Amino acid sequence: MAEQYRVLIGKPGLDGHDRGAKFIVRALRDAGFEVIYTGIRRTAEEIAAAAIQEDVAAVGLSSMSGAHLRLFPAVIEALNQAGAGDIPVLGGGIIPEEDVDILRQAGIQAIFTPGTPAATIIAAFTKACEEHHRRHR
Amino acid sequence: MTDKHPALRDWEEGELKKALTRSPERQKQFTRPGGGEIPRLAMPAAISDEYLENIGFPGRYPFTRGVQPTMYRGRLWTMRQYAGFSTASESNRRYRYLLDQGQTGLSVAFDLPTQIGYDSDHPMSRGEVGRVGVAIDSLADMETLFEHIPLGKISTSMTINAPAMILLAMYAAVAEKQGVGPERLQGTIQNDILKEYVARGTYIFPPRPSLRLITDIFRWCAAHAPQFNTISISGYHIREAGATAAQEIAFTLANGITYVQTALDAGLELEVFARRLAFFFNASSNLLEEVAKFRAARRLWARIMRERFAAQSPAARMLRFHTQTAGSSLTAQQIDNNIVRVTIQALAAVLGGTQSLHTNSRDEALGLPTEEAVRTALRTQQIIACESGVADSVDPLAGSYYIEQLTDSLEAEARALIDRIDEAGGVVACIEDGFIQGQIEEASYRYQQEIETGERIIVGVNDYQVAEERSVPVLRVDPAQEEAQRRRLAEVRAGRDQERTARALAELESAARTEAPLMEPVLAAVRGYCTLGEICGVLRKVFGEYR
Amino acid sequence: MNIQDLLGRLHAGDPRAIGRAISLVEEQSREGAALLAGLDRERIAAALLIGMTGPPGAGKSTLTGGLVRHLRDQGQRVGIVAVDPSSPLSGGAVLGDRIRMMDHALDREVVVRSMATRGRLGGLCAAAGAAARIMAASGCTTVLLETVGVGQSEMDIVRLADLTVMVLAPGFGDEIQAMKAGILEVADLIVVNKADQPGSGKLALDLAAVFARAEDRDLRLHRTVASEDQGIDTLLARIDALVQQYRKDGTLHRKREQAFTLETLDWAQALLRPKLAALAAAGLRNADPRLAAEEIIIQLQQEPQS
Repeated sequence: MAEQYRVLIGKPGLDGHDRGAKFIVRALRDAGFEVIYTGIRRTAEEIAAAAIQEDVAAVGLSSMSGAHLRLFPAVIEALNQAGAGDIPVLGGGIIPEEDVDILRQAGIQAIFTPGTPAATIIAAFTKACEEHHRRHR
Repeated sequence: MTDKHPALRDWEEGELKKALTRSPERQKQFTRPGGGEIPRLAMPAAISDEYLENIGFPGRYPFTRGVQPTMYRGRLWTMRQYAGFSTASESNRRYRYLLDQGQTGLSVAFDLPTQIGYDSDHPMSRGEVGRVGVAIDSLADMETLFEHIPLGKISTSMTINAPAMILLAMYAAVAEKQGVGPERLQGTIQNDILKEYVARGTYIFPPRPSLRLITDIFRWCAAHAPQFNTISISGYHIREAGATAAQEIAFTLANGITYVQTALDAGLELEVFARRLAFFFNASSNLLEEVAKFRAARRLWARIMRERFAAQSPAARMLRFHTQTAGSSLTAQQIDNNIVRVTIQALAAVLGGTQSLHTNSRDEALGLPTEEAVRTALRTQQIIACESGVADSVDPLAGSYYIEQLTDSLEAEARALIDRIDEAGGVVACIEDGFIQGQIEEASYRYQQEIETGERIIVGVNDYQVAEERSVPVLRVDPAQEEAQRRRLAEVRAGRDQERTARALAELESAARTEAPLMEPVLAAVRGYCTLGEICGVLRKVFGEYR
Repeated sequence: MNIQDLLGRLHAGDPRAIGRAISLVEEQSREGAALLAGLDRERIAAALLIGMTGPPGAGKSTLTGGLVRHLRDQGQRVGIVAVDPSSPLSGGAVLGDRIRMMDHALDREVVVRSMATRGRLGGLCAAAGAAARIMAASGCTTVLLETVGVGQSEMDIVRLADLTVMVLAPGFGDEIQAMKAGILEVADLIVVNKADQPGSGKLALDLAAVFARAEDRDLRLHRTVASEDQGIDTLLARIDALVQQYRKDGTLHRKREQAFTLETLDWAQALLRPKLAALAAAGLRNADPRLAAEEIIIQLQQEPQS
């Protein structure tokens, strides 16, 4: 990786199952990213505020409780409100196929469902970061 | 047989005879298809001292072969499926249907706001109300949940931890209105906060005040609700978070040690509260390791209770447990394969001697299970019970070189980890400095990496894939129900005796600031329709919040 | 990127501008240098920079979180620069301290920035020091500079601070033995955290022995239970008292001069390194690396200044 990418992984909502989120945090680290993890049970506004302060090039969200249709778009909304709508947002978790399109239309750049290989996820983050750096640096 | 070993004779005339007198076995005789008697308890030809010390007899210390002398020949395990549906009234309908079908136990799933002590109208609750279980804001919801269900006759298991005291108080208050005193209540509350910090995440308060709440529940139940299981010490979620089998045993039993020690420090009577401790484990797909795990856990706990705490009675030494099949092992790919996984896992639990079992549904990697999938999951247990024959002889894998060796190694590995936790100042210290979380994370990462590199094959995920359309029907929670729940909450708030509410909360706060027992003031608050969020709010103010 | 616009927003406390500014400096860009030149010097001079260090697991982040809460109660705007090690293998890093700081995420008067060491030979102190100055210029009256571990690079970073707090806890005997001799060189205050746990008494006793004078010990050794908010208010009072003393006796002035030199040197190394690397790779034919290095330096001195 020529440039150093910084990303933030957030867990919006109340669900505490963070095995997947923690795996992605470490997989991204091992792929050379600097990763900031918010820990569980954060609001959309908190995640957006942290992403801005840390000046990350992408935000990843994880939800296992089924509340993704509300929580993921809420993070996009919070980023927009804070004037940081340009930061790309990706998401993963237990997400039924028919919700994927809805989330994409809401502005989530990529959705990862259970069983997605880490390489696919890392590639998507790399692409999102590259594009963001090209726009801003 | 004149040369029967005296220990065997002693067991037959002692534990076994007593069990058979109390209740006969399911069948007069157990036979193989085509004839041939199935032995109750297969034994080695020669009984050595080592056998007696490490394996022994079912229903006798160290309980390696099971906690009852006849195990499933006497009574099958309880098939208890965990379920909860968005609103109290909808759940109530489902529970009454299940009870009409002859089920005697309920297992209540609560939604996340309830589990974390937020009312349905709290900003953090948005999008989560009624999603993974039923929403309970006040006694009014609990009254609806158990309407026309005789609480004196059924047993109810509630998956609730941080606010367990409040839900237990609500349960007791509903029973009270039915004319049922707490002494007749049967059931279990999960009430295991320590694993929440390392694995499941529904904690509210810091560890020390949380342990105080748990001890208060032990105390109140010992005095008022002696038939109620006050805690279900859970390895399930630790395993789901990625722990190994040995870590699952070690961290669960270390948590158990902490609860026992805390209760002893508070002056509670070991022989009274220890018999109300229950455990809850995971069953994953590595069949033989899982069987060995259950046996090792049972033996290690018995030894800990005897050696460390000097527990005397068998009931205070025995580890009784519920099992759930491993949710994290289910794949979103080729979901019918999940039925096979669940079958292997359920088989492990039964061969390992579980007291009750929940089998997951094949579609749970996609969302909440549909009714049809839930039925198949239940049928899986019934097929194991009725058709497989594994329930007809006690601990049928005992004596297998591999199983016994694995049981020994898992016990030794777990014991070493427990020693390490002891040396580092105990579980609470090891949670605070992240040792336990780190161990689990490390194991989880290693396992996942093995899948990523193809060293470990998950069928349908990293090998044997097929192109498939993945539009499987999943159960949806109607978003309108969240609004309706908030309206009901507003009505309760408007309709109650405000002065009484304020007084109850103030009294709870002053009790919390001292060392006073908290169950009575919490009972007074729920009777006065204080909401779950209000009660937790008071305790948050006094105890602080854990992060 | 309009630097004047960014500076304006930064001085007004805009979180996005602060975040961008730190990135520009961290990436050692030219805009970053221009930006540093335009920072509000008065605010920087008035702000207090506190170093927080100690072995992982001693409760440093919890204590930092407690300090932030108390400083906010005093009405201060607070900055936190948290430095975590990069993986030597992948170059990536998990910046974990954010979790403890999330409760302040919506408080615009708390500015947090996580930073990785990026395996830099030179440049780490530079990046951390610059981040702290950007925060101070944005109005932070106290900036906490937090590092994980007790290695050499961590010690170098905290040398930038006006005052350094070393956080220890029972159960870290080996680490403490290893650094006991040098401990007072970097730490102005030593905190025994988790003072409610067994072993804390012995730890405090061990540490007391490193102080030659009893009054030093009373002033500089402190006990807290950060997870229960015990001892944090008195720790802050100690910090204030020590800062007053440092102002009076000239220690503060001296420390700041040393920090200035340290950071300048670090910047110089960071800025020189790419040129040195290019020259070294240019295929010098000298017999010995030592002689080749001298040759590079001569070449560098002959280069026209840009």
